[in-house]
Amino acid sequence: MTDAPLIQGRTGEWEVVIGLEVHAQVIARAKLFSGASTAFGAPPNSQVSLVDAAMPGMLPVINEACVEQAVRTGLALGAEINLTSVFDRKNYFYPDLPAGYQISQYGQPIVGKGEIVLDLADGGARTVGITRLHLEQDAGKSLHDRGPNATHVDLNRSGIALMEIVSEPDMRSAEEAGAYVRKLRSILRTIGTCDGNMDEGSMRCDVNVSVRRPGAALGTRTETKNLNSIRFVMRAVEYEARRQIEVLEDGGAVAQETRLFDPDRGETRPMRTKEEAHDYRYFPDPDLLPLTLDAEWVAKIKASLPELPDARKARFMAEYGLIADDAGVLVAERESADYFEALAEGRDAKTAANWVIHDLFGQLNRAGGEIADSPVSAAALGGLLDLIAGGAISGRIAKDVFAEMFASGREASAIVEEKGLRQVSDEGAIAAIVDQIIADNPGQAAAYATNPKVIGWFVGQVMKATQGQANPAVVNAVLRKKLEG
Amino acid sequence: MSIDKATVARIARLAHLDVPEDDLEALAGELSNILGWVEQLGEVDTEGVAPMTSVVEVTLPRRADEVTDGGDADKIVANAPQRDGDFFVVPKVIE
Amino acid sequence: MTAALTELTLGQARDGLAKGEFSSRELTEAHIAAVEGARDLNAFITETPERALAMADASDARRGNGEAGAMDGIPIAVKDLYCTDGVRTTAASRILESFVPPYESSVTANLWRAGAVMLGKTNMDEFAMGSANMFSFKGPAINPWRRDGDGPPLVPGGSSGGSAAAVAARVALGAIGTDTGGSIRQPASFCGVVGMKPTYGRCSRWGIVAFASSLDQAGPLARSVRDCAIMLGAMAGHDPRDSTSVDRPVPDYEAALGGGVKGLRVGIPAEYRVDDMPEEIERLWAQGVEWMKGQGAEAVDISLPHTRYALPAYYIVAPAEASSNLARYDGVKYGLRVPSDDLTEMYQKTRAAGFGPEVKRRVLIGTYVLSAGYYDAYYLKAQKLRTLIAADFRAAFQRVDVILTPTAPSAAFAVGEKMDDPIAMYLNDVFTVPASMAGLPAISIPAGLSAEGLPLGLHLIGRPFDEETVLRAAQAVEEAAGFTARPEGVGR
Repeated sequence: MTDAPLIQGRTGEWEVVIGLEVHAQVIARAKLFSGASTAFGAPPNSQVSLVDAAMPGMLPVINEACVEQAVRTGLALGAEINLTSVFDRKNYFYPDLPAGYQISQYGQPIVGKGEIVLDLADGGARTVGITRLHLEQDAGKSLHDRGPNATHVDLNRSGIALMEIVSEPDMRSAEEAGAYVRKLRSILRTIGTCDGNMDEGSMRCDVNVSVRRPGAALGTRTETKNLNSIRFVMRAVEYEARRQIEVLEDGGAVAQETRLFDPDRGETRPMRTKEEAHDYRYFPDPDLLPLTLDAEWVAKIKASLPELPDARKARFMAEYGLIADDAGVLVAERESADYFEALAEGRDAKTAANWVIHDLFGQLNRAGGEIADSPVSAAALGGLLDLIAGGAISGRIAKDVFAEMFASGREASAIVEEKGLRQVSDEGAIAAIVDQIIADNPGQAAAYATNPKVIGWFVGQVMKATQGQANPAVVNAVLRKKLEG
Repeated sequence: MSIDKATVARIARLAHLDVPEDDLEALAGELSNILGWVEQLGEVDTEGVAPMTSVVEVTLPRRADEVTDGGDADKIVANAPQRDGDFFVVPKVIE
Repeated sequence: MTAALTELTLGQARDGLAKGEFSSRELTEAHIAAVEGARDLNAFITETPERALAMADASDARRGNGEAGAMDGIPIAVKDLYCTDGVRTTAASRILESFVPPYESSVTANLWRAGAVMLGKTNMDEFAMGSANMFSFKGPAINPWRRDGDGPPLVPGGSSGGSAAAVAARVALGAIGTDTGGSIRQPASFCGVVGMKPTYGRCSRWGIVAFASSLDQAGPLARSVRDCAIMLGAMAGHDPRDSTSVDRPVPDYEAALGGGVKGLRVGIPAEYRVDDMPEEIERLWAQGVEWMKGQGAEAVDISLPHTRYALPAYYIVAPAEASSNLARYDGVKYGLRVPSDDLTEMYQKTRAAGFGPEVKRRVLIGTYVLSAGYYDAYYLKAQKLRTLIAADFRAAFQRVDVILTPTAPSAAFAVGEKMDDPIAMYLNDVFTVPASMAGLPAISIPAGLSAEGLPLGLHLIGRPFDEETVLRAAQAVEEAAGFTARPEGVGR
């Protein structure tokens, strides 16, 4: 366990305390309580059933797939699954909340306590408690910029199933908050319960931040709502911590309030619609009965869980001999771990890991893409690695070939053939070049007897003459024979 | 339980009901009477009694994960007091 | 001809249609004329004569093809709480004055599938909240009955007052209502007709404007127990769109009739002998016991100890659910909007203008009992009482097959009475609410007349999903009572 990192204020050190509520959109074809589609990006109100629009007399019927996804997620978080849970109504007025209440789970959520272990950059780890996970309906979407005096409402999102995953206030820095969201997203993607596409709103975070003197009681917290990227989560935490420290150091008090993050300014500000006026008047939804699960059914889901990131990391270290850092980087996303395993199949695992982590990730970072959109598939990169292993090209040439593959999406062998990059390993051809160079440089050749290191100079000359295509091992062998002979 | 004018005003705000100041007093009286009457429930010892969740003894039915609905935006907004294309329109919300 | 057709019971009309004695068009035209002739009752919010005739013609065509359903060609009235596709549905509220649903409620869809014909949408208390049909944006519905020697117009009871008045006035062969705490049975008693609330879960709630979801249930009103059995058979059934709808087969209710009550154990609950019960009600109840015994039933004294708490508990649960169910009427998606530049003001003014006084009262009560700090003391306490009330009934039904009580503590009262005292109004439902709180099937049968010549009902409560026994016992009461009185000026 890592010590809490502290922030130096004007009047001393402060500890930041962070808890997160993550709203993760459940992967399902239909909504939580209706048969309307959940697909992203449809025309306004085209994926709305009468239930989602809260027409008079409409009633909810729960989607079994959403229940299963919540249970699967709970199991992946090592959490207790509550065999009886209850849907409550959370009552408040908002134009994109058509019924005037959200169906959620308040007193008896479907999933109880669990935990997530974060790997930190300094090599340490932090265990973050999961308080609970519950199922609830998403609201619709209010668009405030389509008219000067009007807000437009689209209910396509209304009623889509969300898992609200609430953490304990166990994080102590923006870095940890970022690591938490990344780790959670990796787990959800691994088990296929949320696609984690934050730019499409499939995962949104509310961040609770407070500060305190080390060892003191918890301070008053603020909640910054609806952050839709990991970067924003981290920046909001940093801003809020600094702001609260300043308020306190100036002798003020932190107000318990809901705030919004302005990404353009990198600042948070209080919401104008006052949350504290809300009294949600939760009560069990009389249109639904308690949700009861069969223990055997839960056990079956547990047995069907895929390998989770922590287990996969351990296996990568044991099975492939990777170091912890590399294994951790690879399992952070299910896609990169899958990519690595496909590449390492039948090849040297450490070489494969190096190529994925340094070369592939490097190119993806420059291009701003995700591994899922990589123009070079694991099979294609494997083809390149095979050319190196077979001596057809040198490792140095391979870097150039990879850049070309990434840019054009072509096969390694095609690029090597077209550009004539194939390594020259023919001893006769290399001997002829070596003979010529020795003949042209008799002084250097004579020096070899007293200074064998001069062979390096000759290697350079041969490579120069062959534009790097000569096989270095063959060159060395031929040179040694000629110079010693 | 006696309810005062301020309480009536607070719950009216929660319920998003505009209640004129002049009506608060009378409503406070009516609601106090009703609440006073229902408070006879306090006579009953309900220690250890489970609250009723449903009068029907069935398990919660579940639907299959299939898209069976939607696809008719016009039907959804047809009764709207104000619409713009297929959007509902409300007075501007400032967050 | 016209008068004769409106005099039939629903069952007689069905048989007449089957024998070809008249067509559905003739039957429907007679009832449309009757509806128009009884407009002073204000029983309808929306009349749908064109639709009725089109449905009647379609029915006659089906019958010609030998495809007639269980209620084919029978004109009925529909409480304006049922959403009807393409026909304005108001819940008697200004807030839904212009709402035209693009969908049909499951129960009405079942009735149309059985061939029934819709005459129109009946008046009611706004959002089904009331016991006198006084709280309607369309004005009160009027009871066709008058006290002997005329007197002031009387209320038909509520909330299904228009449905009960329409059936009593012979302008519909039957009507459907909804019952949350007595909203079918009490108006049936006030108007001298039969009204039944089946077991919660027996009829789908899908497409019925919600008042209190854990209590609301659809049911028939008609002029005989048989008619109610026929209607219930057509209305009931499992609906996968309602999570509280129960998946069990619908028995042939009509076939259950005529079995008599020999050996039936009839419970007489001591706790229904309330203070201030008018002597004539007490007498009618005792008469009912004698009728049952006279037909071979056994009377058993029982105790339902938590009865007196049912009504106050109901007035926590029902308003709480209603306060949430009515939050959707906000001027955004449908219905009334009072324009404003400010969203919150738009909400507040829309809801203030759209809801009537009783709805506002209950929304405020419901909001209060669910609010922070009060939930346990009110809502949770009431739901615990509900558990105890249901347990009382369960225990009683170990010993008896059906329970007999009066339906209401009085006969119909005058329009305008009890309006300044909500609790006095609520007490109308003192005998009907306990069965609602326990979700049990119950029926009101006209059994006698008050000293002033007004109908009084007897009330039978049965085990969950045992509508058959309830109907069978009701028919025994019906036969013994021989209730042939009819409202002054109707059908004469």
